Amino acid sequence: MAHAAHDTPHGHDHHDHTPGFLARWFFSTNHKDIGTLYIIFAVVASFVGIGLSMLMRLELQNPGMQFFADGQMWNVAVTAHGILMVFYVVMPALIGGFGNWFVPIMIGAPDMAFPRLNNISFWLLVPALLLTIGSLFVGGTGTGWTLYPPLSDSQYQGGPGLDMALFGLHLAGASSILGAANFITTIFNMRAPGMTLHKMPLFVWGMLVTAFLLLLSVPVLGGAITMLITDRNFGTAFFKPEGGGDPVLFQHLFWFFGHPEVYIMILPAFGIISHILSTFSRKPIFGYLGMAYAMVAIGVVGFVVWAHHMFTSGISVDTRAYFMAATMIIAVPTGIKIFSWIATMWGGSLTFKTPMLFAIGFVFLFTVGGVTGVKLANAGVDQILHNTYYVIAHFHYVLSLGAVFGIYAGFYYWIGKMSGYQYPEFWGKVHFWLTFVGVNLTFFPMHFLGAQGMPRRYPDYPDAFTGWNVVASIGSYISGVSFLLFIFVVVLTFLRKEKAAANPWGEGATTLEWQVSSPPPFHTFDELPRIR
Amino acid sequence: MDRRDELARRNRRVGFAALGTVVGMVGLSFAAVPLYDAFCRLTGYNGTVQTGGGSAPGAVERQVTVRFAANTHPSLPWRFEAAQNAIPIHLGEEGLAFYRAANNADRPVEGVATYNVTPEIVGKYFQKVACFCFDAQTLQPGQSVEMPVSFWVDPAMAQDPATRDIRTITLNYTFFRTLADAERAGVLASAGPHVGRAGGQPTATR
Repeated sequence: MAHAAHDTPHGHDHHDHTPGFLARWFFSTNHKDIGTLYIIFAVVASFVGIGLSMLMRLELQNPGMQFFADGQMWNVAVTAHGILMVFYVVMPALIGGFGNWFVPIMIGAPDMAFPRLNNISFWLLVPALLLTIGSLFVGGTGTGWTLYPPLSDSQYQGGPGLDMALFGLHLAGASSILGAANFITTIFNMRAPGMTLHKMPLFVWGMLVTAFLLLLSVPVLGGAITMLITDRNFGTAFFKPEGGGDPVLFQHLFWFFGHPEVYIMILPAFGIISHILSTFSRKPIFGYLGMAYAMVAIGVVGFVVWAHHMFTSGISVDTRAYFMAATMIIAVPTGIKIFSWIATMWGGSLTFKTPMLFAIGFVFLFTVGGVTGVKLANAGVDQILHNTYYVIAHFHYVLSLGAVFGIYAGFYYWIGKMSGYQYPEFWGKVHFWLTFVGVNLTFFPMHFLGAQGMPRRYPDYPDAFTGWNVVASIGSYISGVSFLLFIFVVVLTFLRKEKAAANPWGEGATTLEWQVSSPPPFHTFDELPRIR
Repeated sequence: MDRRDELARRNRRVGFAALGTVVGMVGLSFAAVPLYDAFCRLTGYNGTVQTGGGSAPGAVERQVTVRFAANTHPSLPWRFEAAQNAIPIHLGEEGLAFYRAANNADRPVEGVATYNVTPEIVGKYFQKVACFCFDAQTLQPGQSVEMPVSFWVDPAMAQDPATRDIRTITLNYTFFRTLADAERAGVLASAGPHVGRAGGQPTATR
């Protein structure tokens, strides 16, 4: 009985035994608690990220300088907004939050493969966020989230602000890498008997592809910013032409990470949307295998398109032609997903609950963002649109509207499961419509501004751009109110304490999380379920 | 319970494979530095000119115009300009051109130039025989020098369908202050000797 010590704490009647507050939330090794921590973390970070975007829209509402002292201060706000939203809001919510909560449950595993590593992953993010926010108070990072040298050299960005932000990125990257290794191991080794890869729910597929993208791309960001740090502080010349380096190399390294990163942010949302559309159409997802392998294809092709972010950096015409063609090919698997979602709804018995509204909104908005993406992929057209508000509109349609609608959809879909309390349906729908109107009013006019040539990363603009900027600012205030309404919905959910059933969505919800109680017991699936 | 042990063993294996992948990718990102450099030299990518091609093979009939551009980084207190705007040259014929540099500072300054050609696709056909840009240059206070560059354009350029239409080639230089000089002047907050090519000398290109 060599394992007696190991087995003792896993007795038979421990289902409702939870550790004390400190041990439960600070030393947590439970995937559900860590998932909850990630979601709370994302909400906290989004207050700062959204606050910055409100400041930016206040400044841009009228031409001239209103609230920002100079362009550097503006770029500091822009950069912090980008880094916060990418690394501390969208990724923690989708990957750390919903991923930790539902990947183990959906594959019938009792927990993640490495529970303690999971705890480290989360707690690395906290100092990372503090460093990023702290950098705002010591000079900040006026480079944009792309951190291109020579603008990020010590000559142009002196002071510790950028170094703090870079160190924060290092910690966030380490957190993501450990999390990714954990997800891959969990998904490969801990599936319940009968849960073959081709029976796995699409959210798990999305997380698996995401984890591989993280594993292969984040280390390259780590390498690139390490070189940037040594260039800034230790006299190396990786990106300095006067010492034999090349600034364009940084762009290649950054976008080798940066392009897969945008799929990292959207693939888990793809998974969530697939579940929700299937649940509320009361039909299985259309073309399951096609959906799964479309995500794999997006992940693979996503690694060979990075230089479409660099069409104006002086790369040769043949290189541009290749990257343009490769980029457009991604529209094929993405199209497979969009059409399969529509086919899932086609002829289904639809109910328009809040998660479904957000899911349909996602499909619509992501398609708009995808179409502008195909337009931007044209190397010739991009010479004109590069670094304009057209690009801002494009990537906010796929991320701020796409990924964030995915987060909201997942929240409304699963909050009953996670907390045991069902959300108020009426306020959920009000939240959806307010968000939908707000974000479209914010970002759709940016297409017009960009097409007319308004460049990004400036706090001021010629008077001719005033009209649509006013509209965008009003839209952003509506979006800001809708975020506060979301917080209100969360508070109301926990105050009214309307008990959620184990499966509140009926026969359309078929994945394993709906077969356990709401909220699930502290330890799920000690006895592995058998999948038919 | 052997199943639990077996699972832990398999988990460790996959976990370590994942972390090994991470280590490999970090290595690759650093390996990208010399690989990218070698790639540019080998293919003439980004207008990287060829060196060490020996002397010119002899003129053929076809002519191109070579234009000369000069840039100075703001940190270098020099006036740097081309002595001539452009010269016509036969393919395969060795050309000689001069640049002028003057040090406006009251102390010696060491500069080094990066260089390439446009259109970038002719990089692999543009041979430099000798150039001031191969070494760092030091100018005394107020000193003014003429700096030569000798080159030839490979006649194979006229056979390549991608380059045979080209009639004008522009030779670009950007002069930077060397890192070592910037350090001596206390411009860099630095620690230790500079990594990179000896003497802070640039790679060909870009």
